[in-house]
Amino acid sequence: MSGPFIQDEQIAHARKLAEEIVNPIFELIRRNTTVSNERTVLRFFGISGAGTRGVPLANLMVDKLKAAGVLNRGAAYWYGRALQMGAKSPLEAVERLTALPTDKLGPLSPDMEQNLRAEVRAEARAALDDLRSRIAHRNAIRQQFPMSPAPHKYVIVATGNIYDDVDQARAAAQAGADVIAVIRSTAQSLLDYVPHGATTEGYGGTYATQENFRIMREALDEESQKLKRYIQLTNYSSGLCMSEIAFCAAYERLDMLLNDAMYGILFRDINMRRTFIDQYFSRRICALAGIIINTGEDNYITTADAYEAAHTVIASQFINESFAKRAGLKDWQLGIGHSYEIDPYRADTLLLELSQAMLVRRCFPNAPLKYMPPTKHKETDIFFSHAYDVMADLVAIWTRQGIQLLGMMTEAMHTPLLADRYVALKSAAYVHRAARGIDEEFTVREDGKIANRAREVFSKAMELLEECHKEGMVAAIGKGRFGDVKRSELGGKGLDGVLEKAPDYFNPFLEILEGTTS
Amino acid sequence: MVKPTKQIIRPYGDRRDDGVVQLSFTFPVPLSEKAKEAAAQFVRKMGFSDVKVASAERAADNYTFFIVYARSGMYIDYAEVDVPELVIKKMGFDDLNAFIQQKVGRRIVVFGACTGTDTHTVGIDAILNMKGYAGDYGLERYPWFEAYNLGSQVPNEELITKALAKSADAILVSQVVTQRDVHKDNSRQFIEAAKARGLHGKTILLLGGPRVDHKLALELGFDAGFGPGTKPSDVANFIVHALLKKLGKEDPNAHYQGEPT
Repeated sequence: MSGPFIQDEQIAHARKLAEEIVNPIFELIRRNTTVSNERTVLRFFGISGAGTRGVPLANLMVDKLKAAGVLNRGAAYWYGRALQMGAKSPLEAVERLTALPTDKLGPLSPDMEQNLRAEVRAEARAALDDLRSRIAHRNAIRQQFPMSPAPHKYVIVATGNIYDDVDQARAAAQAGADVIAVIRSTAQSLLDYVPHGATTEGYGGTYATQENFRIMREALDEESQKLKRYIQLTNYSSGLCMSEIAFCAAYERLDMLLNDAMYGILFRDINMRRTFIDQYFSRRICALAGIIINTGEDNYITTADAYEAAHTVIASQFINESFAKRAGLKDWQLGIGHSYEIDPYRADTLLLELSQAMLVRRCFPNAPLKYMPPTKHKETDIFFSHAYDVMADLVAIWTRQGIQLLGMMTEAMHTPLLADRYVALKSAAYVHRAARGIDEEFTVREDGKIANRAREVFSKAMELLEECHKEGMVAAIGKGRFGDVKRSELGGKGLDGVLEKAPDYFNPFLEILEGTTS
Repeated sequence: MVKPTKQIIRPYGDRRDDGVVQLSFTFPVPLSEKAKEAAAQFVRKMGFSDVKVASAERAADNYTFFIVYARSGMYIDYAEVDVPELVIKKMGFDDLNAFIQQKVGRRIVVFGACTGTDTHTVGIDAILNMKGYAGDYGLERYPWFEAYNLGSQVPNEELITKALAKSADAILVSQVVTQRDVHKDNSRQFIEAAKARGLHGKTILLLGGPRVDHKLALELGFDAGFGPGTKPSDVANFIVHALLKKLGKEDPNAHYQGEPT
């Protein structure tokens, strides 16, 4: 058992505080939109191509509308206007709109306005039906080839070339991987567009593009069929294009996405407002598409000390959960992130790590949870490194993690060799097989080190939540309360892509996803 | 100096001079007897004898992973291995601060960043942040260092401009991502920029990262390179001695414990 350690009422109180902390941010989200959310709307309408020099059409159109000062009415509205002007296809709509002089964008009669909205809403419903049928197709394959029991073993490929990634992903699946993550090219999170097409050059990873998603999912569908075991695919909905990536992923039937309400702010210095607004729409899409999100709290303890900052992970998890729930995500979709990162040269670290993982399990009993392996204190002694990873395997099975990223013995050296994944998968399978059910065999004493540490961390997390509640999220982030990183509300990248919505702002997808129209 | 006498050494497995080495590698072929024999032949071709393919495993349908033990007939004359002699002891936090106060007489200004497109602050943070790494305090904690950590994705030019504005004594460039040698390209670009701004040869320029070593850094034009496992105190010691050498307060040929080699 992952303990009571803490009373149910205390956990309920933490959850309540988190809800109240995120509340004011929803006011910001309601009042504003962003260039990336508007581009997502256009992608929903099928505007997924690219123009000359590979600039995505969605960017061309949104930039044009922004320059004309009319984007605050919503890209969907202008898409409707283009259709009314006789555009026969999404591409034509883009051409018409981008060719239009700004003064031609004046108001219509109220009747015409209403017709336009009705037509665009109908098209939005059709687009969402199409998306739903793609999701249903994915779910059918999942049912046909059931997944292995949790923890789902998650490994990474990162060659930079999608076709090489496919070879490595297939090999990993054959070696027992349940989830394949394609690491993105370095700094893609700072691109204010989603690159187009299949890509074969990337630094430190492979560009997340809709076509790359399609290629990898197709390969994994084949592999699932061959192995009679469904292999999940994940990517990264983070950075300046959270909602666009979420759309591309949903459309190409991805199963998971890294998606965190604060990660971009803290670790990529993306503007706070931009991130809060983008994450909401991206999570609405994930909610619809049955995508499991993975949050990034594990990152806090790669910058801050894992022992000292353990409580910031817990506090942030409650906040991330609140954001997620407000976007319609269900418990089963919350791959709440944490990790095995305490300095292994301390005493009692297995107990401390168990305590932390049990505490997370206790606070989020119905979420799958996403468990990260050690990285920060990894050594180039691969034999020690391997032993270190195996301890994380044990904690993962003990605390019933839903998703476990496997540590690589060469973590401190280079991107994993093919054999590193094999070795990690083999030993994780062994530990999971050997220790499944261990939590039911042992009851953790309520007066021991594990329980006491869990109570200590939880009470510090409560203090931090109280502080955020009193001073607000913005102030807490400004003080470096999360991950030791300080950010200001108007700092960071992407603020110029935030716009206040006009009173007649129109986004039929958000309306439908929020259930305000059917 | 008197040439030392020969000291022949070989790898030690479980007997002196048995020359036993362990190897592991993967072939892109399915597991089979033929694959195992190919692995053995490959290892013999590298000059090993008594080759034992201890393990051959199916890493995937078309990949086989081998663990091999073999003997090498090679040896090394340890006496011939030339590594500079230690003359100065590596100093800890308190000693080094006192040493700076006494010898330099002012705070040493250090700038650091992970430059180019690299987003990873883990390396530069380990060296500069208060917290440090593996229980070894970062440079921000040293009262006699004035450390500025600019974080990640900092353009080389910007790092140089900011460092110049504060008359930095040393600049640390961290490079974590190494895909297709992007770290080398970016580091070269940094050195070009430093030369253009007249910093090269004046300010102490350091390179760090998981795939960096001292030799590579010197080749690229840096004063030193720091690889995986480097502690903040290693960097701090290097900077102090390098600065004293530049100021003519220390013998340019002096070596100390723990310096990069």
